[in-house]
Amino acid sequence: MRYRDYLIRRLLYTIPALIGLSMLIFVIARVMPGDPARLALGPEASREQVEKLREELGLNLPIHIQYLRYMGGVFQGKLGVSLYSHRDVVVDLKDTVPATLELVTVAMIIAVLVGIPLGVISAIRQDRWEDHTSRVFAMSGVSMPRFWIGILFQLVFAYHLALLPITGRISPDISSPERITGFYIVDSLVTGNFEALGSSLSHIILPAIVLALSPIAQLMRVVRANMIEQKRKAYILTARANGMPENLLVYKYMLKNSFIAALTIIGLLYGFFLGGAFVVETVFSWPGMARYGVRAFTFKDFNAIIGVVLVIAVAYAIINIIVDIAYGLLDPRIRLGAEARDT
Amino acid sequence: MPPQISSRAGILCRPKFLAGRHPYAAADALIRHMSHESQLTKSESQVATAVEDQDFVPEYEMRFEDLRRMLHRLRRSTLSLVGMAIVWGLILVAIFAPVIAPYPEDVDSVHFDQTFQPPSMEHLFGTDEVGRDVFSRVIYGTRISLALGAAVLVIAITIGVPLGLIAGYAGGTVNTVIMRTTDIFLAIPPLVLALAVSAVLTPTMENAIIAIAFVWWPWYTRLIQGMVLSIKEDTYIEAARSVGAGTLYVVFKEILPLCVSILIIKITLDIGYAILTGAVLGFLGLGVRPPTPEWGTMASKGRLHLPVRWWLTTFPGLAIFITVLGFNLLGDGLRDAFDVEME
Repeated sequence: MRYRDYLIRRLLYTIPALIGLSMLIFVIARVMPGDPARLALGPEASREQVEKLREELGLNLPIHIQYLRYMGGVFQGKLGVSLYSHRDVVVDLKDTVPATLELVTVAMIIAVLVGIPLGVISAIRQDRWEDHTSRVFAMSGVSMPRFWIGILFQLVFAYHLALLPITGRISPDISSPERITGFYIVDSLVTGNFEALGSSLSHIILPAIVLALSPIAQLMRVVRANMIEQKRKAYILTARANGMPENLLVYKYMLKNSFIAALTIIGLLYGFFLGGAFVVETVFSWPGMARYGVRAFTFKDFNAIIGVVLVIAVAYAIINIIVDIAYGLLDPRIRLGAEARDT
Repeated sequence: MPPQISSRAGILCRPKFLAGRHPYAAADALIRHMSHESQLTKSESQVATAVEDQDFVPEYEMRFEDLRRMLHRLRRSTLSLVGMAIVWGLILVAIFAPVIAPYPEDVDSVHFDQTFQPPSMEHLFGTDEVGRDVFSRVIYGTRISLALGAAVLVIAITIGVPLGLIAGYAGGTVNTVIMRTTDIFLAIPPLVLALAVSAVLTPTMENAIIAIAFVWWPWYTRLIQGMVLSIKEDTYIEAARSVGAGTLYVVFKEILPLCVSILIIKITLDIGYAILTGAVLGFLGLGVRPPTPEWGTMASKGRLHLPVRWWLTTFPGLAIFITVLGFNLLGDGLRDAFDVEME
């Protein structure tokens, strides 16, 4: 019961934070130097044309009126018009979000499938060569600039070894699968379009791996630290003394606890994914929301900037809340101990 | 009778008893434990009795003991020594850049007669699209990156730590206001906010520093606030206040010193990540502008000439990797040496 209260409190805290963020980003985007209308029309436009566009976009109104108008639009599902593509930002986002979502999901799966076992192995074989190698790998993974490793992978695997495609989401000569979910892998699987499936898979591997490298390293460290800590705990000693087989011990009991530890950083990891996507999508020309965002940032497309930031903020908030819920469900101590916790 | 160990107290006054994995530390703790009945030297018995009156630990002695222990542990770890070597190396390279770089004038000048030369004995990293020596530019880039990292951290600490102290110590409404404000900044992944802020500012070094620092300070506020909250309730604080110590005294002479070790570790790790963020900004075209030899910007421009002229992107990226790796190794080593559990 207490944990539910904690969750509700968490939710209530998130909403003002999101509102505050929307205000912050709105002010930053609109008040900062540069005239959006002038930028949109270009330097040859006459002053009257610029003035007319400013009136249309409501740029001469006081900033809080602008903000309220904008938020009003948000609740009606409108995020303004992109100064670059001249379409509604919502439409642009609808086109690009699924691509990013697919990339992030595959990267997350890779990170979990590789990171957690690596952590387990590292802990079981503590201080032997498997452990040391994994730790060096983890340290490197966290320190490497994603664009650099992405470019290196492109050079080695795609260009010189010609194993995988260099950029893009699907081969140009293959048409994208019928759009059901927007995820190429899912859609091509569902419609039986195996040509598209193969192409999509081969295109997603490299960017997903590059995106997953740092999270693999972080997951590995967390799982390793957690399992090492557990090895010392009393319940393990007791179970061993009572003759419980080692495998059962490791895989059933210790691992479950480590999953919980891993879960705590999964929310943070999504943050890494969302941030890293900006770089990875640029390097691999992946047509996702992050690449759209980079273009918006480069061209000072204010509505698009605000739109992308807000979407990311909402997604991040939702993920964190889900993680909190899952965390409470998995670990009874958290549920019961919540009332002792301070913010 | 075993000493009462205050588990919430600062790191530097928590002797790890049976669980100590370093013989030095365990022996130390054992000596203290037995010390109350033997004839010891003055300083050792002082420490012993101090440990027994666990709530009031004379700080200067505590720090001497722990400092020795810390240095001992640091020396034992090869990787952290490597990290320290790298960091020192970078600092020296930055200071002596004009001396080390074979072509110091290449930061600004162009040589159209020697463009795109691959790595050779005269040009270790080759030349770029206007004939500049890449090696020299990478060396000068060390100055830029280190300056950026240091500046970001200085700003972030100047804003974040005092706010955290105030929030934690004052409590109540002040605490709520400050923490809700940090919530706003932490509502999206830090890289995204940094990108958005730098997008609306003109791309200069100063603006990149501002953008990154803007995103960085809330983490320090959170960290310090958490520490202050947990230390605040300890009885020796109460003791100090009961003899009339004012707020400033308590904050600066009792609470802050206990945060120093965690702060040092976090700062070390953060310098690396701040440099990485700056490089990413440069790569996406939102950071430092050419011809300033910033590593990320260099990699970005070099990307246009892939795959043939691979040296333009590879070496700046390698520099970033080694820099971040160095700070990470050092920070990790410090963390192990201080025996800290960080959230």
